Amino acid sequence: MKYILMMHCPRTGYDSFGSMPKKDIQAHIAFMHSYNKDLRESGEWVDGQGLADPKQAKLVRAGKDGAPITDGVFPESKEFLAGYWIIDVESPERACQLAAKASAAPGIGGSPMNMLIEVRQVMSGPPEEFS
Amino acid sequence: MPLDAEALLRDLAPQLLGVVIRRYRDFAAAEDAVQEALIAAAVQWPREGLPDHPKAWLIQVASRRMTDHIRRESARRLRESAVAIDLLEHESERDDTLILLFMCCHSALTPSSAIALTLRAVGGLTTAEIASAFLVPEATMAQRISRAKSTIKASGVPFSLPTEQERADRLRAVLHVLYLIFNEGYTSSGGPQLQRCELSTEAIRLTRAVHKLLPDDGEVAGLLALMLLTDARRVARTGPRGELIPLTQQDRTLWDQKQIAEGVALLSETLSKGSIGAYQLQAAIAAVHDEAPRAEDTDWPQILALYDLLKRMSDNPMVLLNHAIAVAMVHGPSAGLDLLNTLDADGRLAGHHRLDAVRAHLLELSGNHQAAIEHYRIAAGLTTNIPERDYLLTQAARLREHNNV
Repeated sequence: MKYILMMHCPRTGYDSFGSMPKKDIQAHIAFMHSYNKDLRESGEWVDGQGLADPKQAKLVRAGKDGAPITDGVFPESKEFLAGYWIIDVESPERACQLAAKASAAPGIGGSPMNMLIEVRQVMSGPPEEFS
Repeated sequence: MPLDAEALLRDLAPQLLGVVIRRYRDFAAAEDAVQEALIAAAVQWPREGLPDHPKAWLIQVASRRMTDHIRRESARRLRESAVAIDLLEHESERDDTLILLFMCCHSALTPSSAIALTLRAVGGLTTAEIASAFLVPEATMAQRISRAKSTIKASGVPFSLPTEQERADRLRAVLHVLYLIFNEGYTSSGGPQLQRCELSTEAIRLTRAVHKLLPDDGEVAGLLALMLLTDARRVARTGPRGELIPLTQQDRTLWDQKQIAEGVALLSETLSKGSIGAYQLQAAIAAVHDEAPRAEDTDWPQILALYDLLKRMSDNPMVLLNHAIAVAMVHGPSAGLDLLNTLDADGRLAGHHRLDAVRAHLLELSGNHQAAIEHYRIAAGLTTNIPERDYLLTQAARLREHNNV
């Protein structure tokens, strides 16, 4: 069964991450690198991407003529998607376990960041016969 | 490559692997060598024509790969293996496909690993084909297969048939894996890639091979019949835009009569032999559906009788759920709904969309449209399949419009 793990952070998350000491940033990057490697080696990796700083994010909807209307002003409190993984695992418990592992990525002084990870199942199940 | 050459290669794959494992006693390395030999054949045969002895050709190529592998590993092991060749040359090859299946479906493996390994080692599919069928990257599938091979190696299971005591359990595991492969493939909704590698066709082909090797086993025949009788309805099961069409509304002229006839014949033959198992009963139920010219001609009392038997044999809550449908069709929707209440209390289907989908259907039959709408929508929120969700939402919408709510 496939799940998407969505890593959320506050709008200020990118800035506070960027102001961590060098060794903490490096430890965090090394952690993510090894996390991804483990997923590939366990045969559970489907996809994973990090997303650019939300300063560049835009909200778009179609106007009356179908042309894009963009909006770049977000409330300070808004949570942003910082990155995601799509995994193919044996059970929902395993998906949560992997989410918790990502959540505990090291932050300042190597202590776990405990980021909020949203876990959602991907619609990929086989259908059954309906009588 | 011409279709017959491709089919030949796929048939030879497990036999070839069996021979190479017997010679070299190294499942993981033998599997790699066989893949390389199959790829070499797929490249060379169309250009240069079929060799006179295709199997011998493949064995030679795979053995050469193995020799290279062993030479890299150690010169000493090469000498030992050369001796082993003579010793093992004449052991039975007929059993190899079976032994391989028992290995690939070993209980030490998770279902998804067993499926992947079976498709590659016994089915002769490439890693890329398996990956595309399950919509994961090829590297991920390669890793899954490689881990499965290590697990088998670590479990120390010998390359031989299971003992008489183990046999029933091990065969049940094999049939379950084949059944899972069939179910994965019994849909065209998982994206265009799925059609490239027809998993249900592959499951039928593998089960057919097992049936050929164990013609007297009733459950093997039962599973093959179940697959044929279910797969016969495949074309009628989805509409032009991939939408799900329930059994009662399918265009029965689209059902594959030849496949139905084969399934029914197989079933009759195996039922006459005595011992009856769960797959045979499920096949018998599928046959009753297949033999009804119109949905309203379905012999529901017969289906109910079969579910009564199946219920005694299996504690599966899905069987209880299907039994409740049959009860509703024979004794009326409220009798079926009563049984669903006992399933609620049972708890094993809690949160499963199918329980709500069936409840919605029976509530609709009983005339309680308001509650039916509610349960169609609950079921739609629980399913993980898009055509199924669309179907359930459409059912709810149809009832809402009908009742102006």
